[in-house]
Amino acid sequence: MDLRYSARHRALQEEARGFVKKYGHLSPKTGGGRKRPDARALDWQKLLLERGYFSRNIPSEYGGFGLPVDIMELAIIAEEFSNAGVSPGIMNQGISMLVPTLLEVGTKEQCIRWIGPTIRGDIIWCQGYSEPGSGSDLAAAKTSARVEDGQFIVNGQKIWTSSAHYADMMFLLCRTESDKSKHDGLSYLLVPMNAPGIEVRPLVTMTGRAEFNETFFTDVRVPTDQIVMGRGDGWHVANVTLKYERMLLGDANKLTYRLARAVELMKKTTLDGCRFIDIPEYRERLLKLQGEVMASKYHGLRLMTEQAKGEDSGVKRLIVKLNGTMIAYRLSSLVVDVLGAAGLAYEPVGEAAEDDEATTWQIDNMYDIGLIIGGGSSNIQKNIIGERGLGLPREPKSVPPAVRG
Amino acid sequence: MEFGLSEEQLMLTESLRGFLDERLPMNKLREIAEGGLGFDGELWSGLAEQGIMGIMVPEDFGGLGLSLLDAAVAAEALGYHAAPTPFTAALVMAPLTLIASGDRAQQKAWLPRIASGEVRIGVGFAGMSGQTGEAVARLDGNKLSGCITGVLDGGDATHFIVYLGDGRAALFAAVEEPGVSVSTHRSLDRTRPVTALVLHDARAAILGAANDPKAAATAVLDAGRVMLAGDTLGAAQSMFDKALLYSKERVQFNRVIGSFQAVKHTLADIITMLEPCRSLVWYAAHAQDGPAEEARAAALQAKAHLGDAGREIARLATEIHGGMGFTDLLGLHYWFKRIAFNRQLLGAPERCRHEAAVAQEWVS
Repeated sequence: MDLRYSARHRALQEEARGFVKKYGHLSPKTGGGRKRPDARALDWQKLLLERGYFSRNIPSEYGGFGLPVDIMELAIIAEEFSNAGVSPGIMNQGISMLVPTLLEVGTKEQCIRWIGPTIRGDIIWCQGYSEPGSGSDLAAAKTSARVEDGQFIVNGQKIWTSSAHYADMMFLLCRTESDKSKHDGLSYLLVPMNAPGIEVRPLVTMTGRAEFNETFFTDVRVPTDQIVMGRGDGWHVANVTLKYERMLLGDANKLTYRLARAVELMKKTTLDGCRFIDIPEYRERLLKLQGEVMASKYHGLRLMTEQAKGEDSGVKRLIVKLNGTMIAYRLSSLVVDVLGAAGLAYEPVGEAAEDDEATTWQIDNMYDIGLIIGGGSSNIQKNIIGERGLGLPREPKSVPPAVRG
Repeated sequence: MEFGLSEEQLMLTESLRGFLDERLPMNKLREIAEGGLGFDGELWSGLAEQGIMGIMVPEDFGGLGLSLLDAAVAAEALGYHAAPTPFTAALVMAPLTLIASGDRAQQKAWLPRIASGEVRIGVGFAGMSGQTGEAVARLDGNKLSGCITGVLDGGDATHFIVYLGDGRAALFAAVEEPGVSVSTHRSLDRTRPVTALVLHDARAAILGAANDPKAAATAVLDAGRVMLAGDTLGAAQSMFDKALLYSKERVQFNRVIGSFQAVKHTLADIITMLEPCRSLVWYAAHAQDGPAEEARAAALQAKAHLGDAGREIARLATEIHGGMGFTDLLGLHYWFKRIAFNRQLLGAPERCRHEAAVAQEWVS
C-alpha cells in the first residue's frame, strides 16, 4: 500500500490543478440536462484535447493525445477536475462506449474515420440496443438487416435510445443471420441517423423531459463496410461496449463530488433556523453515505491498481455499477429531502437553458433511477454478479405460457 | 501509487488462515468457546509461533515492527476463524500505548514481553471510547481507583492498561496486587469475554510521556476501532463464504437453492456490500500513519460502516441457511455474535459517526 504519487504523477497533479484554476471559468456547467454540446462545451472540449486532459491515451493519428496508458494519470486528472467542480469534458455514449469499443475491436480505417470527430463532440452517437421485446434479454433483438445491392437494409424498432433526436449516428445491434442461433445471429452496425427511413419519436420520461426516444427503421440503407467486426459478431461487440458502459455508471469520482456538494448544502441550508448539518437525523444520513462513498472510492483505487497490473478483478468489478448507482440515488435523495418543500417547484426548462438548483437535483434524483435501470438493470446486475462472479447456476429455462386465442 | 496488499501481507494472511484452518476446527472452537475466556494456551503458543505477538512491537524491542495495515490483515484472518484469542488490546492497543506514552524504561520493560507472548495486557477506557457501561477512574499519586467495564482482552490478561479521562494511561498487574478486582464474564460472543475492573488504590505505573496525551489516547482508540472493523470484515467474509457454499449444495424443489434468484440476488447484495468494506478497512489502517483529521475520519467511518454492513451480512447469510442457520448445529452463530460484539465495543456506529462529524469540523 502506497498512496503517494510518484514525482511524475505529482507534477501532473500540479499541472492539472493549475489548469483548472486558470481555465476553470471557461468550463460548461456539470450535471443536469443531457443535450447536444453547445459552443461553450465544444470550445472547452477543444482545449482539453489540446492539453491532453481528454482522450489522453487515444493515438494521435485518431485525434487523441497519444500518450501510453497510465491509469493513475487518468485518475489524477479526474480527481482534480472533480474537486474543482469543473467539467471533465463531454460525456456521451459515443465517447464513453463506442470509442473504446472501436479501439478494442474496430479496424484502423474505422478508428480514423469515427474517433476524431466523436471525441471533438462533432459527431454525437446514440445506442441502438433495447427493443420493446428485448430489454434485459438483449440478445433476443428482432430488428433485422438483410444484404441487398451491397448494402444492409434495416427494418425494426429500438427503444430507450437516449439522444437519438439530436444524434448524428447510431451503433446498432441487429439480426443479420436469421439461420443462426440467438447469440450468433447478431451484427453491430454504424448507422447514419439522417438516412431515409429512420423515424425518431420522443419518449417522455418521469422527469417530464423527452430524454429517450423510440426509433423506427423502414428499409434503412447502411453501407456494408459500416459493420464492426464481422457478420454474426454483434453479441461479442455489444458486450465489449456494455463493459465500458458499466464502468462509466459506477464512477466513484461522481459520488465524491456529489457528497461534497451535499455537505456544502447542508452547512448553508437551514430548517427552522437550524443548519441541516446540526440536525442529528440528517447528519446521520449524510455520515452513513460518507462511509459508503469512502468505501466505493477506495474500492475504485483497488480496482485501478489491479487493472494497472493487468490482473482480472472478477466479481470486484462486476459490483461497481450496482453499488455506485444505488449510492448516487441515495445521495440525491438526501439532497432532495434537505431542499424539502422549498425544492418542489418543478418546471424543467428542457434543453434550451439551465434549470435552477432544486430542479436540477429533482431531475438528477429521478434520472438516478434511470441509471439504476439502464446499462443492465439492477436485477440483471445481480444475476451477472451471482452467475459470472460467484459461479451460481442459471435459472432453469421455462417456457412462457401459450397465448390464448 | 498502489492500493493493495504487499506480497508479505498476502503471505501473512495465507499462513495465519492456514494455521487456524488446521488448529481451530469447529469442535475446538466450541470447546474453547464453552469456557468463554477468549483465551486458550495451546492456541496462544501456536499464534506466537506464527509471529503475531510482536506485530506492532518495534524491532529494537524484539518485535516485527510492522504497520497497522499488517495488523488489520491479521485481524481479518482472526475474525474469519472467530479465533478465541486476545488481539485488539493485547497485541495492538497495548504496544501502541507503550510506544506513544511510555518512557524509554517502560518501553524496555514491557515491549519485549509483549512480543514474546509472556504478558497479555487488557485495555480499558474511563470515558472517551463511546462505550456504554460504567467507566470512571481517579488517580491519586500512583494509586488508581475506579470502576471500568467493557475492558478488551481481559479474559486471561496478566496486566491492564486503563486510560484516564485526560489521555494519560495507567498500567498495573492483573491479580497479584491488592486493590485490584477483576471480574470476567462470558459474553454473547463466547469467543471473547467482557471484563470489569474495580480498583481501590491499586498501585499503577503512569504512562505519561506523550506530548499530547489526549491525541495519543485517541490514536490508540482509533487503531483499536480499525482492528475491530477488520475482525468484522473477516467474520462477514466467513459468513458469506459459508452461505455461498451452502447455496450451491442445498437442494429444494429439485434445484440447488443458489439457482433461485431470491437467494442469488441476496448473495449478490452481500458481495456488493462486502468488497468495498475491505478497501475501506485497508485504507483506514493505512491512514492511521497520516494526517490526524483524515486518520480519524477513516477509522471512525470504518468502524461505523463495518458495524452496519457486518450486521446486515450476518443476518442475510444466516437467512440463506434457513432453519439450520438458526440452530447451534452449524455453529454459524459464533460469527453472527462475533460481529455483534465488535459493533458495540469502542463505540457503536451512531456514536462513531457523530465523532467523525466533529473530527471533520462539520459540527462542534
